[in-house]
Parts: sequence; structure tokens; C-alpha cells
Amino acid sequence: MTPVQTIIAKELRSFFVSPVVYVIGAIFLAVVGLLAYQAVANASNQALRLMQLQNTYAQLNLNEMIFRPLFQSMNLILMIILPLLTMRLFAEERKLRTFELLLTSPIGVNEIVSGKFLSVVMVYAGLLSLTSLIPITLSAYATFDWQPIYLGYLALLLQGALMLAIGLFASALTENQIIAAFLSFGVILGLWVLGAISTAFGDTTAGSILAYLSFTEHFERLIRGLLNVKDLLYYISGIAFMWFAAHQAIDAYRWK
Amino acid sequence: MINVQHVTKQYGPVKALDDISFSIHKGEIVAFLGPNGAGKTTTMRILTGFMPPTSGTVKIAGFDCLEEPWEVKKHIGYLPETPPLYLELTVKEYLIFVSRIKGLDQDQLQKRMEIIINQTGLAEVQGRVIGHLSRGYRQRVGLAQALIHNPPVLILDEPTTGLDPNQIIEIRDLIKSLAGSHTIILSTHLLAEATAICQKVIIIHRGQIVAIDSPEHLGAKLRQSEMLNLTVKQTDPGLLEALSKIPGVMHVSNGPEPNTYVIETQIGEDAREELTKLVVNRGAGLLELSTQTVSLEDVFKVLTKTDKPDA
Repeated sequence: MTPVQTIIAKELRSFFVSPVVYVIGAIFLAVVGLLAYQAVANASNQALRLMQLQNTYAQLNLNEMIFRPLFQSMNLILMIILPLLTMRLFAEERKLRTFELLLTSPIGVNEIVSGKFLSVVMVYAGLLSLTSLIPITLSAYATFDWQPIYLGYLALLLQGALMLAIGLFASALTENQIIAAFLSFGVILGLWVLGAISTAFGDTTAGSILAYLSFTEHFERLIRGLLNVKDLLYYISGIAFMWFAAHQAIDAYRWK
Repeated sequence: MINVQHVTKQYGPVKALDDISFSIHKGEIVAFLGPNGAGKTTTMRILTGFMPPTSGTVKIAGFDCLEEPWEVKKHIGYLPETPPLYLELTVKEYLIFVSRIKGLDQDQLQKRMEIIINQTGLAEVQGRVIGHLSRGYRQRVGLAQALIHNPPVLILDEPTTGLDPNQIIEIRDLIKSLAGSHTIILSTHLLAEATAICQKVIIIHRGQIVAIDSPEHLGAKLRQSEMLNLTVKQTDPGLLEALSKIPGVMHVSNGPEPNTYVIETQIGEDAREELTKLVVNRGAGLLELSTQTVSLEDVFKVLTKTDKPDA
């Protein structure tokens, strides 16, 4: 086992013996399931109305009617629950003094940060994959385009990974889990609001910079089914930046 | 084995350590002694490479803590003040995790696990979750964690605090059994502990080393004279006068109880034989003659009660 694998294995073990993951997972899946049900019910209502009106078989775009709003709602839920998944990563190590064990072992800070990040991404990816039951079930009763669905999941994975990286950084700053959760929630909220602010600036340079910094525009493009290198680069650089910030926060903790 | 040269550690405006230098040879057990906040934990954290010193150099097994932290970490087993335990893991899972991050391969892991679990007496509880264990067992798991990769240097920060007397004895015996093959530094504010297990004591006070010596020497250094307690049966008014005439006796005074005397003699002049003869010849009825030993407590009090004003 490499050091990173060792950290991942330990983290996964810790995740699954604590009730937090189960509670968060259950809430996430229940809310997503309800939203999906509501979106499907809504779509079928509209289909019925269209049929009565036009007396023909209505061809609805299910990607637009069900999946795009669903992915948008999932994004909002993630903003609230993912900070709860990352809050303990470093804060608990600091509080329980186990950080002293990690930092006095022949293992690098980069390996610790990578291991923790990958483990929480795995947990999230597992949760996310469970929601794939929604399109799979629906495909038995309706026809829709799979391409935007794949990209939608890619968007959710990247979006989630970015939020988790932010949470990882926040957790490295404090030994209080609640503060870590609120801190990451605040940063994520800030990034989201930037998107709204950018529209006020219109087509100016400042506006486009703000729009680029916010994840809204990148996420929207992906779930619409448009694959753009620029958007992928946004997520990858964002995650890398947060990884680096977490690394720095840990070094600062030792050197102070 | 351990060489510390002019180490200073500054936390903002506070000087936690002020120009500390000492060296420790292979196989020695050394105690850091000092009141709370003296700088014991800071020194240990610097030795383990957990935090760097503001200035000065630390070498462990020939490796510099700043230049080759990787090598230093491989050579050290560290038990912090609070044992670093993952409460949700079982003892066995935890020790496997620790041995992996310490870089043991699968073969070594199996061998060391067995040895350590037996050595620290954890066989019965190895399948239990650490969060459910008593304080004494947790401390043992902490010790097992420090020993698992068989490091030549062991750094133990207050290894016996919070344990009951039986557990303290067990842990002390365990530490003593490791002497010789390991170089051990432990910190404590219990003087009895230092006397019981250590060959050398380093007394730290306000970030400075005030004494480095063996517990016996420290005691001897402090007294300029030997003190004897004498108790007799009969009241003998002339005894005090007669006692002070014996060669080597510097001063005699009445003790706290009736018929007891405190006799101060010169170092190196054993007057006990003469004293006994005199008391017996006078028919006073000798009940007790004993030497007052200076305990480490006294040394400690004298050394740490400096009249230096606060910096």
C-alpha cells in the first residue's frame, strides 16, 4: 500500500463507522428522489395538457424539462450538505491531536491532503452514482438524449469535487468542525453569488472575470450538454488551488 | 544519539525556549523535568520534527531535523501528551494504520504487531474499538503506536499522567524494560518518576535548562552538609553540649520532638560511629540515628524558585 492508499483506506473506514455519512446520504437521496418525482409528475401533466390541446402525441424535451432543473437543484443541495462531509477531515485530527501522529510520521503533507481529498470524493461519487437510478428507471418509460445526462453527471462530479476541495481547505484552518463547515459553506455561497453579481456588470471585463470565477456559468454549460475545455479547466484549476491552499494551511499550522 | 545546539523557539513575542543545548547518548533514559509551561512539550515537538525551532540545530541519530526530516521521523517514536488515537478504529486497525504510515512492509508489520501487542499487554483488547477503552488501555495503545516501527529513539510526553497507581507502575516497568535498546526521553512533572526510571534529569524552567545531571548528583550538589536525625530515650540535658564536641559536627540543635536532635556534620566526615558511642556511653538510650536525604523535590524547588523577575 502506498501512503496515499493507506490514508484513503483509513478515511473510508472512519466515514463508514460514523453516522454522519448515512444521515447525509439519506437526506441527499430522499430530497433528490422527491425533486425527481416532482419533475417527472410535472412533465407528464404538461404532456397531457398538450395532448388535449393539440390532439396529437406531444414530443417533449425531457432533458430540458426534467434533468436540467433536477441537476440545478442537486447543485443547491450539494452546497449545503458537502461542507458537512468535509468538516471533520482536518479539524478532528487537530482536535484529537492525531495530527501530531501524522505529521511526525515519514509521510508527506501532500500525501495526507491527497488521501483525504480522494477519500471524500469517493464517498461523494458513491452517493452520486446512486442517483443514476433516476435516469435509468425513466429510460424504461421515455426517450431522451443521454449525452447531456452524462455531461450533467460529469458536471455534478466536478462541481462536488470543487466544493469538497473548498471544505478540505476550510477544515485545515480550524480545530472546530462547526466553524469549518460554515467557512466552506460561506466560500461556496460566495462563489455562487459572484455569478449573480457578474450580470450586474454586464459585458465589461470585470463582469466576465466575475462570471469566470463563479461556477454557475461553467456548470450551466455542462448540464446543457456542451463540453468545453475552458469549463473543465476551471474546475481542475479550482480544485488544484484549494488543494494547494490546504497544504499551505497545514504548513502554517506547524510553523507558527 | 540526540544532539541539541542553541535551540530557541519563539511564539510571537513569547520565548518558549531560550538557547537550549544538551546531548543524550545511546541507550540512556532521560527525564525532562519542569513545572507546567516550562517548555517541555515544545522541546519534544521540536525533537520530533513536528515544529521547527526558530533558531539552533537538532540532530537525531546523526540526521538534522530540518534538512532530513524524513530520516529523523523514521528514527523516532513519539507519544504526545494526549495519545493520538482514532477513537472509531479498533486497536488492531489503528496499529495497522500506524505501521503503514511509518513505512513498514507487510512482513515486518505482522511480526511487529505480534511483539508490540504482547509487550504492551493489549492482546485482550485488540479487537475492541479504542473509544470504548479505559484511560490506562488508551495510554498503552499510545505507547504501542510509538513503538510499532521499533524506533531507536523514543520521545514520551508525560507518559503516566492520568493513570492510577497500578497502571503507573506497569507503564514505568514497560519503559524501563525498553532501556538499553532504545534511547528514551520522557517529560514529567513528577520528581519521583524521574528518580525511579531515569539516569539523567534535565530540569527546564521558563524555557531554559537550569540543571542536567543524574538524580543522585543533583541531590548531592545541593547540600553543603550532611544532616543527621538522632532520637534518644532518656532526657539528658548535657547531651547537646557533648554532641557538638565530636569532631566533624558543625552544629547541633533540638529537633521538633522532645529528646530528638538535628546534627549537621561536614560532608565526607562520617560522625555516626562517634555519635553512637557517645550516646551509648552516656546511657541515654539510642533509639534512632538516620541521615536526612535531600529529595529531588527539594532540588527542584530550589532550582525553579528563581528570583529572576519576569522577562
